[in-house]
Amino acid sequence: MKPFLRFMFAVILILLGGCASGSSISSAPAAQPTRVAAYIQNKGSDTIVNLALAWAERYQELHPDVRISVTGGGSGTGIAAMIDGTVDIANASRAMKAEEIAAAKAKGIEPVEHVVARDAIAVIVNPANPVEQLTLEQISLIYQGAINNWKEVGGEDRPIVRLSRETNSGTHVYFLEEVLRLGQKENKALFSMDTLLLPSSEGIISEVMDNPNAIGYDGLGYVIPEVKVVAVARRAGEAYIKPSVETVNNGEYPISRDLYMYTRRDAGQAVLDYLGWIKSSEAQKIVLKLGFVPIVGQSVTRK
Amino acid sequence: MADATLVSSPRRTQEWVINLIIKLSGYSSILFVTLIFIFLMREGLPALRNVPLSSILGERWYPIEGYFSILPLIYGSLVVTVGALLLAIPFGVGTSVFLSEIAPPWMNQIIKPLIEILAGLPSVVLGFLGIQVAAPYLRRLLDLPTGLSAFSGAVLLALIATPTIVSITEDALNTVPSGYRQAALALGATRWQVIWGVTVPAARSGILTAVMLGVGRSIGETMAVMMVTGNAPVLPSGWDFLFTPVRTMTATIASEMGEVANGSTHYQVLFFIGIVLFVISLVVNIVASSVSLRGRTRAERVLS
Repeated sequence: MKPFLRFMFAVILILLGGCASGSSISSAPAAQPTRVAAYIQNKGSDTIVNLALAWAERYQELHPDVRISVTGGGSGTGIAAMIDGTVDIANASRAMKAEEIAAAKAKGIEPVEHVVARDAIAVIVNPANPVEQLTLEQISLIYQGAINNWKEVGGEDRPIVRLSRETNSGTHVYFLEEVLRLGQKENKALFSMDTLLLPSSEGIISEVMDNPNAIGYDGLGYVIPEVKVVAVARRAGEAYIKPSVETVNNGEYPISRDLYMYTRRDAGQAVLDYLGWIKSSEAQKIVLKLGFVPIVGQSVTRK
Repeated sequence: MADATLVSSPRRTQEWVINLIIKLSGYSSILFVTLIFIFLMREGLPALRNVPLSSILGERWYPIEGYFSILPLIYGSLVVTVGALLLAIPFGVGTSVFLSEIAPPWMNQIIKPLIEILAGLPSVVLGFLGIQVAAPYLRRLLDLPTGLSAFSGAVLLALIATPTIVSITEDALNTVPSGYRQAALALGATRWQVIWGVTVPAARSGILTAVMLGVGRSIGETMAVMMVTGNAPVLPSGWDFLFTPVRTMTATIASEMGEVANGSTHYQVLFFIGIVLFVISLVVNIVASSVSLRGRTRAERVLS
């Protein structure tokens, strides 16, 4: 009996230990044993996740008593978690949809929107592809499946392989509404059925890097020099513009958007302090460093 | 007498506790499967009420705009699974015949642990190899528009299913009584004739079980196929269907479950896909066990 009991006791201890260590994993640095005043759970858009991590790391250095955990998963995922009350801040690369706001209100949560940075969506192709510039309409027709060969837009005789993010990505929804449907509310165009839906930004970059047939789109922060960024014109006859901090801020580059954080109206003081810091010029320097466009010190007129 | 009861009573309690724990573990599997089934039904069946059947059996899956056809997803899972089996069965059965009939013991000792390592590789690692190595290579080799296709998925799944098929087939071959082989050899059969005419047919039911378990392994695989099949929910449109992108049921559930609002139509349809997967794996398991049972009774008939 005794060894058996001891064995069971050991098993239970191990299980408990596992749970305890499992639940304490967070991005917080193992700092000196300071009193932790606040935990902030932050989840959502994969476009913002690196930026949110950089902010969280810097903020935790400045405020050792605050622990911030950051996870990705997509804008829809983050907003759903905020509505369910499992996270304090939802990162989103698109504004909340009306039905999401309704779902939140049904649960007694009033969401508050904070614009925390700006982002441009770069349209990318393989460096071996001679196509340098496209109009928004051409990109829309390519993704709808009306243009299927690169020679129709001034390239080589190659089939076009369309790459997109998954439907849970804010980038996907933004691209659908602003590029595929050219921002027209009544336009019901859809992605061509054979569009490849890749689960990550990195997946799109690596396929475009490798495949001369591919066209993809991705947040400016993810674009690396090994892929070619296409210059985009609003319509034929206008100037073709490459995305950069300047062209996004002066409103010339047509595919740019605001990045958001959502909290509930009755969020705690720690969350409000954190969001206040994010809008400061110090935090916005990190935005610039990661390839996004800062919101402070620039007045941006959007079309 | 009094002493004996004093000694044996705690021991009896101990036996009773152990017995109870073992029984509970046994019954728990029934409980879990039942609960999972009830949960799937409760969450998934309302989809049939909220989505018209013509939409579920339509041709487009684009849930954020209300297109809920599961046909492209079922097709995707089937083409990838069947493709994987066409590759894995000859390869797996060949490997196990080699291991059990031909290879010298020292080679067995090298190959078998390697196959076990292959079986233990996390599928996401294989998926990573697939996206970085296999897909670009296949694109160049076959001059495809993109390497992210059903075929790449089938190749990876074959790698995942092969170890299962090998180990079960090898067990089946090893249980063929050595008298069969000796009798065939005594009649002047060559080694190939013994393998092809005697050993493999005798182990047929075990091999079928192995194949069925391989099917189960492939159709449930998620991460690797999600990374290499391109995830485009399309129905086949031509003879190159094996080399176009597809989207499987498992990849759809995995990539979309995180975003859906609890209880929405999209959520219900994802659970409905879960029901379809559950039914498929149930059928595969029933077929596998009935095949292996039938094989056993036939063997008993022969021996009696």
